[in-house]
Amino acid sequence: MSTVTAQEATHHEAHGDAHHEHHHHETFITKYVFSQDHKTIAKQFLVTGIIWAFIGGLFSVIFRLQLADPNATYPFLEDLLGHWAKGGKLQPEFYYALVTMHGTILVFFVLTAGLSGTFANFLIPLQIGARDMASPMLNMLSYWFFFLASVIMMSSLFVQTGPASGGWTIYPPLSALGEASSGSKIGMDLWLVSMAMFIVSSLLGGLNYITTILNMRTKGMSMTRMPLTIWALFFTAVLGVLSFPVLLSGAILLLFDRNLGTSFYLSDIVVAGKIMPNEGGSAILFQHLFWFLGHPEVYIILLPAMGMSSEILSVNSRKPIFGYMAMVGSLFAITILAFLVWAHHMFVTGLNPFLGSVFVLLTLLIAVPSAIKVFNWLTTLWKGNIRFTPGMLFAIGFVSLFISGGLTGIFLGNSALDIHLHDTYFVIAHFHIVMGVASFFGMFAGVYHWYPKMFGRYLNNTLAYIHFWVTIVGAYLIFWPMHYEGLAGMPRRYYDFSNWESFKMFSGLNQFISIVALVVFATQLLFIINFFYSIWKGRKVTKQNPWEANTLEWTTPIRPGHGNWPGEIPEVHRWPYDYAKDGKDFIPQNVPFGADESKDH
Amino acid sequence: MNEFYFIAIVAMVFVVIFQIAKASEYVSVLKGEEKTRKQNNKINGFLLISFLVLGMIGVWYCNDILYGRTLFPQGAASEHGQKIDLMLYITIAVTGVVFFITQVLLFWFAFKYQEKEGKKAFYFPHNNKLELLWTTVPAIFLTILVVFGLKYWFKMTGDAPKDAILVEITGHQFAWDMRYPGKDGKLGKKNYKLYNQPSGNTLAVDFNDEESWDDLHTTEMHLPVNKNVKLVINAMDVIHDVGLSHFRMKMDAVPGIPTTMWFKPIYTTEEMKKRTGNPNFVYEISCDQMCGKGHFSMRGVIVVESEEDYNKWLASQKPEYFTLFPEKDPSKQVQAVDTTASTSKPMAQVMPNNP
Repeated sequence: MSTVTAQEATHHEAHGDAHHEHHHHETFITKYVFSQDHKTIAKQFLVTGIIWAFIGGLFSVIFRLQLADPNATYPFLEDLLGHWAKGGKLQPEFYYALVTMHGTILVFFVLTAGLSGTFANFLIPLQIGARDMASPMLNMLSYWFFFLASVIMMSSLFVQTGPASGGWTIYPPLSALGEASSGSKIGMDLWLVSMAMFIVSSLLGGLNYITTILNMRTKGMSMTRMPLTIWALFFTAVLGVLSFPVLLSGAILLLFDRNLGTSFYLSDIVVAGKIMPNEGGSAILFQHLFWFLGHPEVYIILLPAMGMSSEILSVNSRKPIFGYMAMVGSLFAITILAFLVWAHHMFVTGLNPFLGSVFVLLTLLIAVPSAIKVFNWLTTLWKGNIRFTPGMLFAIGFVSLFISGGLTGIFLGNSALDIHLHDTYFVIAHFHIVMGVASFFGMFAGVYHWYPKMFGRYLNNTLAYIHFWVTIVGAYLIFWPMHYEGLAGMPRRYYDFSNWESFKMFSGLNQFISIVALVVFATQLLFIINFFYSIWKGRKVTKQNPWEANTLEWTTPIRPGHGNWPGEIPEVHRWPYDYAKDGKDFIPQNVPFGADESKDH
Repeated sequence: MNEFYFIAIVAMVFVVIFQIAKASEYVSVLKGEEKTRKQNNKINGFLLISFLVLGMIGVWYCNDILYGRTLFPQGAASEHGQKIDLMLYITIAVTGVVFFITQVLLFWFAFKYQEKEGKKAFYFPHNNKLELLWTTVPAIFLTILVVFGLKYWFKMTGDAPKDAILVEITGHQFAWDMRYPGKDGKLGKKNYKLYNQPSGNTLAVDFNDEESWDDLHTTEMHLPVNKNVKLVINAMDVIHDVGLSHFRMKMDAVPGIPTTMWFKPIYTTEEMKKRTGNPNFVYEISCDQMCGKGHFSMRGVIVVESEEDYNKWLASQKPEYFTLFPEKDPSKQVQAVDTTASTSKPMAQVMPNNP
């Protein structure tokens, strides 16, 4: 293995040098549009992700307006949405379209592509000491398939019958029958085709990440010397490669049911007075296929955030991450378990109770590696010398949210309790905190931490601190009270609660939540302004290693070119967490072992 | 116009915040980055500990306001529900303790160990004993929760007691329909291809099956108190879900795949009005699975009443067979003798697909 790595390294040495001569003639197109430089591709993913996050967030603000006061009219909505908001009142069909697209956009386009796409591309070669990805060409295609998926999904917003509106989980028969919902007409086909493109993008990316991590580590970078970010991104890619194809097959069968008259998911249906000929299919089959991706997807979103937070917590505590091997082990355990728990989304579908009990067991088992991670993060902070950079604050916020949202998972994973809480606001609160906001915090932590490496400039600190404090306070104010709504059985995906004797007492609370959501959304705009302004006008980075971190990306020039290191790729002599060792504040990975250095870690 | 002002004001606020942020950056460069960083560190350390304290007060305050609106104070209206509430309390207690300890440690450590001049961090890369401790302790607590949970789970999802009253509930866009088996205690067969044959047969009942002749079709569900009830759940078009929050029960309605659930209501609607202090209280059936544009309005009503009232209500309902085939209705029939000879004839005419 080591000789192979060494050969690789020297091979890339030569290759890298050749690269530099070639790329003197880069045009605008090859440098910024069809770039094969992993750093540029990462930025493309990030910027596209930010645009999607803005749209997805805006959708949530619009449907929160409806929930705040179901009888209010907002004339500007009619200007914006036309017949979907006749007289300034959002139509139910479009409310559901907004809910569906909010979920689809944020889960797939932002927290999968925007998060993994950005940081796997950016960090893998830089942190393992490679000049680029194993296949820069596939990497470029990965972005452009994502772009294509984005264009198709975006176009579905403008078709006359509206975009998909059956929820982001697109359960058939609702999503299979155009008669059942206007969003299940052409909008649904576009959704499926877009997702197919998205899955292609994700697979191209994932295969590349795995290959790169396994084959292209620099000399001395054994697997157990990799930063936890890389471990997390590695497992994320494995999850994606093994589970996304299942969704693809599910989506293709759904396309067949919709357009070719097959009956994979359909049986015994009378819709809108029309007796359908389909017999023998099972609507539940789709749910199995969907959640076989859908649950790993949760960890595809969460693991990169965990990895980056681990790295950032360690750097800014000036202490090694506590229990490195336990952290890797728990990532591994989560990856395995992620494939074995999908049916906990289906406890009330009429699932065989015995099968259900197995899934309860495996689901609650995930709490063990999760607990290990939390306590290890806490111990990493203990007796540190902590610097509250914006990235560090977001990493701390991530841990807090992960605890809060993770604990409610223990309620939902227990099938008996899930009977009561399933599909209520309790679920909304749970997954928004643990998967949505927590992963966003991981992503923000990553952006604030690696922005200097990406653009050679800093983000504005004051704006960053405002962004953090408003967002964490707002996130708790929005989602904490929702647990109570869920305990009262308030169902999710309701357009209007005012006719329900059981749920209408929450109208004041719904209004409060909407106002906070508006403020939090506005604060995210502040981040977006900060992000784009700082690319050109931010304070310049003058230090090669501004956070005094150990990992290899900080050994590159402040603005690394294609190939990352102008000279040789540094050789690695130690793990990346030698902080506070032997009285030294930090010892970068490329520093050889001192003669009198203590060996243990 | 209002929107214009709103946008203008928001834009102004943005500009002001942005200018302040820019100015503070210039100041920090003038003061020296190191010094600014230390100041920021102190401020954020203080904010973190304040967030913890205010957050915990907020959690308490939130509970104070909202506890009354959850279903806990009125109690569960079914036996299963009482067990679920008990389990909820246990889980809230366990997770609550973990939540409190971990959040306090997180923010307290962050505050306590913030960067200080001349301080050195403690090199502490791992400790097997500690790691073993927080692997086993959560595992033990989870085992307890799982054992409790599964015990109840198997009871609730197990077979309904034999004496249970049978009611069929069918969801369609966007309402619920009930079917009672009538005196024979058996529901007639269904065949979805018989939908609306004859006109009005919205549940697609096969009236060739004699067991269907005494079945009742209603839009409201009536149940006797303190009796086990078994629901057979169907859907006509897309997936719906029978959500009974007061009974803490829920089950999907899947087209083509009938599902069941059972429970025992322990309070009548009238009793619940007193328990909740809400004179308008009704047991509501909410659709808990996204089913299209009218999902939010798919509301059903359950009336739980004394057995006597329940029987009275049952007696007042007319079998659907007689509504759809008025000529068969004995109460209206004078010429009954002629038609009984050819019972299945009208059915043969309306069933072209009949195999």
